[in-house]
Amino acid sequence: MQTETLIKMANQVGDFFAANPNQAQAQLEIANHLNRFWTKDMRNQIAAHVQAKQGAGLHSQVISSIAAHLNP
Amino acid sequence: MDDIKYTTPQFQPKPDFGTPKQVSQKQVTLNIDGVDVSVPEGTSIMHAAQVSGVSVPKLCATDSLEAFGSCRLCLVEIEGRKGYPASCTTPVAEGIKVHTQTSKLADVRRGVMELYISDHPLDCLTCAANGDCELQDMAGAVGLREVRYGYEGENHLKQEKDESNPYFTFDPSKCIVCSRCVRACEETQGTFALTIEGRGFGSKVSAGNQLFMDSECVSCGACIQACPTATLMEKTVIEAGTPEHSVTTTCAYCGVGCSFNAEMKGEEVVRMSPNKDGGANHGHSCVKGRFAWGYATHKDRITTPMLRKNIQDPWQEVSWDDAINYAASEIKRIEAKYGKDAMGGITSSRCTNEEVYVTQKLVRAVFGTNNVDTCARVCHSPTGYGLKQTLGESAGTQTFDSVMKSDVILIIGANPTDGHPVFASQMKRRLREGAKLIIADPRAIDLVENSPHIRADYHLNLRPSTNVALISALAHVVVTEGLVKENFVKERCDWGSFVAWRDFVAKPENSPEALEETLGVKAQTMRAAARLFATAGNGAIYYGLGVTEHSQGSTMVMGIANLAMATGNVGREGVGVNPLRGQNNVQGSCDMGSMPHEYPGYRHVSDPAAKALFEAAWGRPLSIEPGLRIPNMLDLAGEGRFKALYCVGEDIAQSDPNTQHVTHALESMECVIVQDLFLNETAMYAHVFFPGASFLEKSGTFTNAERRISPVRRVMSPKNGYEDWEITAKLSEALGYPMQYNHASEIMDEIAVLTPTFKGVSFKKLDELGSIQWPCDDEHPTGTPTMHVDEFVRGKGRFFITQYVPTSEKVNAKYPLILTTGRILSQYNVGAQTRRTKNVEWHAEDVVEIHPHDAEDRGIKEGDWVGITSRAGETVLRVTLTERVQPGVIYTTFHHPESGANVITTDNSDWATNCPEFKVTAVQVTRVHQLSDWQKHYKTFSDAQIAFANNKLSKKAQQPA
Repeated sequence: MQTETLIKMANQVGDFFAANPNQAQAQLEIANHLNRFWTKDMRNQIAAHVQAKQGAGLHSQVISSIAAHLNP
Repeated sequence: MDDIKYTTPQFQPKPDFGTPKQVSQKQVTLNIDGVDVSVPEGTSIMHAAQVSGVSVPKLCATDSLEAFGSCRLCLVEIEGRKGYPASCTTPVAEGIKVHTQTSKLADVRRGVMELYISDHPLDCLTCAANGDCELQDMAGAVGLREVRYGYEGENHLKQEKDESNPYFTFDPSKCIVCSRCVRACEETQGTFALTIEGRGFGSKVSAGNQLFMDSECVSCGACIQACPTATLMEKTVIEAGTPEHSVTTTCAYCGVGCSFNAEMKGEEVVRMSPNKDGGANHGHSCVKGRFAWGYATHKDRITTPMLRKNIQDPWQEVSWDDAINYAASEIKRIEAKYGKDAMGGITSSRCTNEEVYVTQKLVRAVFGTNNVDTCARVCHSPTGYGLKQTLGESAGTQTFDSVMKSDVILIIGANPTDGHPVFASQMKRRLREGAKLIIADPRAIDLVENSPHIRADYHLNLRPSTNVALISALAHVVVTEGLVKENFVKERCDWGSFVAWRDFVAKPENSPEALEETLGVKAQTMRAAARLFATAGNGAIYYGLGVTEHSQGSTMVMGIANLAMATGNVGREGVGVNPLRGQNNVQGSCDMGSMPHEYPGYRHVSDPAAKALFEAAWGRPLSIEPGLRIPNMLDLAGEGRFKALYCVGEDIAQSDPNTQHVTHALESMECVIVQDLFLNETAMYAHVFFPGASFLEKSGTFTNAERRISPVRRVMSPKNGYEDWEITAKLSEALGYPMQYNHASEIMDEIAVLTPTFKGVSFKKLDELGSIQWPCDDEHPTGTPTMHVDEFVRGKGRFFITQYVPTSEKVNAKYPLILTTGRILSQYNVGAQTRRTKNVEWHAEDVVEIHPHDAEDRGIKEGDWVGITSRAGETVLRVTLTERVQPGVIYTTFHHPESGANVITTDNSDWATNCPEFKVTAVQVTRVHQLSDWQKHYKTFSDAQIAFANNKLSKKAQQPA
């Protein structure tokens, strides 16, 4: 799947949880959403994007969430 | 199959009590013809008599309508009272003694009947209602033996028939002016299209003094159902004669899930008659369910399997064994070459629960992947997600009947009179009784001010895509004006999440004043609407695809749940969160585990207990990884990484967004297997075609929008040879995994064993109860009409912060208008069924609605062809000018494939579920004189594909190498 598509999807997820005043909780929930609804390939692809290109195009909170909580 | 006996209850005419059942705590005892009977206070004497087994002659009375007292046939004598009161309009009283049969009453009744018959044609033997006519019955019941008045004088016998409606005939020569049709149109349907015109001898039933087809009539059939003679009669009955047996089944159209009696002659349907005992419809119907079933025998039905190697090749007819074996060999080949994850399946809400269950089982257990999805992806997937998160269950909270206890109704992004007409009639009844109405919709739907005796108290005509801003504004008023039901929230909800939500919505930026410009709705109107909803008593929210089909669809569903919880409107009758599901089995297809992340009963595939349960039952290892959603499958197919699709009952090439993206994906696959009644748009890209069975040809269950599981009963043999679940089971067997079912009921038995909310469901119980609302378990053996009564399914209701995030689909100078889409009453979704019925007489093509100001700016006039261009594509439709849409917004339907409505919709989708943002597409509209390039290509391509199917090679032709 095109990485741009995954970036857009991940940022949309991030946008929903961004309003949570508990940022640590928000980060956990972003990754949890991806863990529960994205395929393993999709998760691996976005994680690779975070590693290889510092998550270019992703919102900072999404990058942090992926780095900290995404299941491989 | 032969050793299993279908349970098909034969039609037993139900007694007609003459007047509606009354509900009262107080019982009244009276004596009728020497027998004591006790009934609720307020009951009519006629009804009480029928309860005690006594039928009082009647003509103008029927128990679906309020008493009218016009025919004078139901007169009775009451000891100690003068005269002969009409038993239909006279309520029972304690201790009275009633006589329904006396010599004087017999004389009066014969006299009345003689007058009726003196102006009625004596053609009983050749009349379409012969044997099914109440007038005939009453003539017999009162002992009428002669008519003394002759036919020489003035009469109505030469009145002309109105044959304008494609489904029924109005023959005024047979009318006895009992007003049952007029009252049914008013009380049952709520359209008020009929009236009694004139006075005395000149009285006649009139559809506004015009032909039925030119009138306000919506062809719901209520008038025909109520007519005691052959005046209003189905043309199918006129042509075929009266039915000889009947089987109760469930409509295959919208999410209301009406119960019908399929009235048959042998294996031919003569009439679909709405079932008085239907839990969802109570004897009412709409033009689709009542009349539009002819598609089942349409000449376009494909009943023989077909194969081809390439989509540019003609189809070859083959045997079932050859088709199944070829499909299985292709699946094995693709699995070996590309792996399990390059394959998947799509189920449909048009499938029964049992079909959906076996399809997802096939994909998970046999394909070895969780790549299974369903068409709820493109409609109500945000409902499943949002309600699970907030309330704990992916389903609506109420029964339809609950609306009769609502004091204020908030409709958001739904058009019930077109999309869910039978429920809309019930809702309109409650509104006419005085319930308040708030409508949030960019378009002025009929309920705003175009339904008789109904006018919305507030129409919040917001801009498309701003739902979440609206729900925040309404919540802001509730929170900041002290309208929260704090006791309810403290007792029932997670307090911490409530406080966070409360603090969020209370922010000034969420006030109506701050959001007024964004929404295009006056702040004071929003404030008034919020106050009304929070303070009027029982508040119920009904919503549809105008909520879900947005980039923030799931957010809005959660926002709706937040508002319902904050105002204490969950957990009892009259309130609740009510998603109006589009198709008949949207709820069921989701319940049955056709989403790629969850098993039947909404258990996540990563849940070790669920995985172990299904592995033990199915005897195959299962994946803990969520599978691909439909848009994921299509994206990967376009990239050459998704190669095989088993698509059952769904038409993604017409119903999914960005058509050209979808068709490119289909063209890129190596094996597309389509199972359907017709060569639908997706089948034009298929390599294997399994002909499917219509709902009349199979057994199973549908689950409607109120979680009501209803029986689908086979009334005729499948024209294709097999029920759909059998085809899936055959494919499974060819793949080395036999499914050991002899009948659909055994599939439900397996579902019940594996799914806690279905634990108590069986075909036997459905036969006994008629229908069951899940959860049905040991605690609720007859089902659960209202959910979350004492506590939420998740324990404490959870509030979510719902920040408004504007869509990325923005208008600009190039695309200055917003296109939004919807449905029309006479057509159903992609139209594959209704386009093959006479319903096309109401809607032969999709048209685009535009505001007169926008039309004038562009030099567009009524009826012009206009090109609609978006970032995704272009199509051409005929235009109509209307102020129903607001300036800056255009609207169309998507029932005809050549319209290409989804050629212009984009890939934008809901953040949580990828439900497409069908309701928001930035477009430009210009006057044009020819079809779009896509439409020209479509016509060439579809003509060729239809020719491939029509001119298919015979069974003996060689199969693909």
